[in-house]
Amino acid sequence: MPHSLSTQDVTSPSGLLLVLAVLVPFIGVLAGMVLGGRGAQRVAFVILAAGLAIAIAIANALVQSGDTVVYILGGWAPPLGVALRADGLAVIMLLAIAVVIGGIGVYARADFGTPPGVREARAPLMFWLLLLAVWGSLNLVFVSGDLFTLYVALELLTFAGVPLVSLGGQPETLRSALRYLLYALFGSVLYLLGAVLLYGAYGTLDILLLAARVHPEPVTWAAAALMTVGLLAKTALFPLHLWLPPAHAGAPAAASAVLSGLVIKGSWFLAVRLWLDVFAGVVTLPSAQMLAALGAAAILVGNIVALRQARLKLLIAYSTVAQIGYLFLMFPLATGLAAAQIDSTAAVNGGMLQAISHATAKAAMFMAAGLIYTTLGHDRIADLRGVARALPMTLVAFALGGASLIGLPPSGGFLAKWLLVSVAITTAQWWWVLVMLVGGLLTSAYVFIVVVRAMAPPSEGWTPRARVPYYQQVAVLALALCSFLLGMAAFCPVDVARIGRAVVPEIGWP
Amino acid sequence: MNAPTLFGLCAAALVGVGLYGLIVNPQPLRKILAFNLIGCGVFLLFGAIARRGAAVGMGGDPVPQALLITGIVVAFSATALAVALVLRLFDETGSVTLASDAPAKAQADPPDA
Repeated sequence: MPHSLSTQDVTSPSGLLLVLAVLVPFIGVLAGMVLGGRGAQRVAFVILAAGLAIAIAIANALVQSGDTVVYILGGWAPPLGVALRADGLAVIMLLAIAVVIGGIGVYARADFGTPPGVREARAPLMFWLLLLAVWGSLNLVFVSGDLFTLYVALELLTFAGVPLVSLGGQPETLRSALRYLLYALFGSVLYLLGAVLLYGAYGTLDILLLAARVHPEPVTWAAAALMTVGLLAKTALFPLHLWLPPAHAGAPAAASAVLSGLVIKGSWFLAVRLWLDVFAGVVTLPSAQMLAALGAAAILVGNIVALRQARLKLLIAYSTVAQIGYLFLMFPLATGLAAAQIDSTAAVNGGMLQAISHATAKAAMFMAAGLIYTTLGHDRIADLRGVARALPMTLVAFALGGASLIGLPPSGGFLAKWLLVSVAITTAQWWWVLVMLVGGLLTSAYVFIVVVRAMAPPSEGWTPRARVPYYQQVAVLALALCSFLLGMAAFCPVDVARIGRAVVPEIGWP
Repeated sequence: MNAPTLFGLCAAALVGVGLYGLIVNPQPLRKILAFNLIGCGVFLLFGAIARRGAAVGMGGDPVPQALLITGIVVAFSATALAVALVLRLFDETGSVTLASDAPAKAQADPPDA
């Protein structure tokens, strides 16, 4: 690490913002619970705006100072105390999540709003509280500086995510929620076991201290393997993905967008932290290749199964399975660059861009599917005729989101895949290029099937089942546009992801 | 064999039994119990590590003990949430199974927004 530990052991001038980023959503949860019903919704919107402002302020502080934003809780420095740190990666995720949550909040106003004169119900109240809880837990995942706080954050994320699946309360969604919870608990207990082993071996759980202390030996390998498998179960990487499609497809559209776009990114981000920061000197290229091989299998299986789905929401859920695979292709590329002692920023940037463009695109696509369901009264792909007539803006949003998943320029997905492909070629790992190209082709197949079916003119005298509010369509289109124009990030003057991180990587082992 | 090693081995056995139960048992309630068994193993291991890290004048390293309590609370709330889901599932369907083609009042249309 280029920074001596001492510079990361004092609270930065704007360090308090990190505490706010975590606390403000949870204050919203508590206030919403007390106020109930309409009050909770109002609180949620205030918090959505405040949270976005906090995320922007943190990003500003990071870019201005050019260094990690740190907050030492209670003034107790690690290893005894706990630190919150936001480096470039964390800040990018904070910002992206704030934007996506904002979009989902606007969209959900129609589905979970309680207009005057309507009786307050339980599901809307729960939705707003859980939305804020997911946000707070995700922020904690991004800024936590030690492995145990991260464990608590992951569990909070699970406890907020699982009830979102079963908001409807039907038996099938209860079942998928329970299956999700069991997978997640399996994952978190393995993660905790790994963290305990690390504490036993090195006497600290602080990420920076651990990174300086770990060396390749059996206990570190065991801990790394346990934690990685645990996080894979939570991220739903193939073959631990079985819980994802029913859970994500069964939830209400806004909840699906939260789960598919955001929640799985929490555990993925933690895996990135572990592999790039904590175990940088421990992980080997073959182990990273194994991780990416699972990713490649996820891309192929997820895309092919998605092609065979009859329902739009299940198709999008399987597409998430495939896109998670792309997220894991970055590991051997970053490790390969590090092993060759080249700056690994390109691979890391590719992975982060993939995560953000997927978060925005998938949220938009799930919400578009929700609007299509409301309009048609079903989401059978074979019978989508008339959508283009009734919801032109939504179909455009769906297509833009799909273009980002495929990787058409200038979308965020294009830039991400471009970076990953060029790194794969630089590090002589051509097989990942092949996987990405085949995956792109399969993705384009199912996106085009949906769009073409939806373009078919409706039958004579057809009228939409229900009208959807205009602002919902705008929210969906805005998120899709975010994803589609994310490729413009290439023109960003500051390489944000690199701030506060090792510029010259440590030498990989062996 | 000293005490921490013995406890460590017990912990490993608990985790092993729990993992086996979690993967093999089809019933949700048994899976939840198996998860708690793994949790117990992890907590026992952490306790053994705390004992091993005992410094001058102290019976054990206090940090793991503090984390342990948090871990137990988290595992407890996870169990509570899982049991609540199981109970609700039983209320709705009259059976508790994770198989999606279970009889019960399965509906043709999955729910949506």
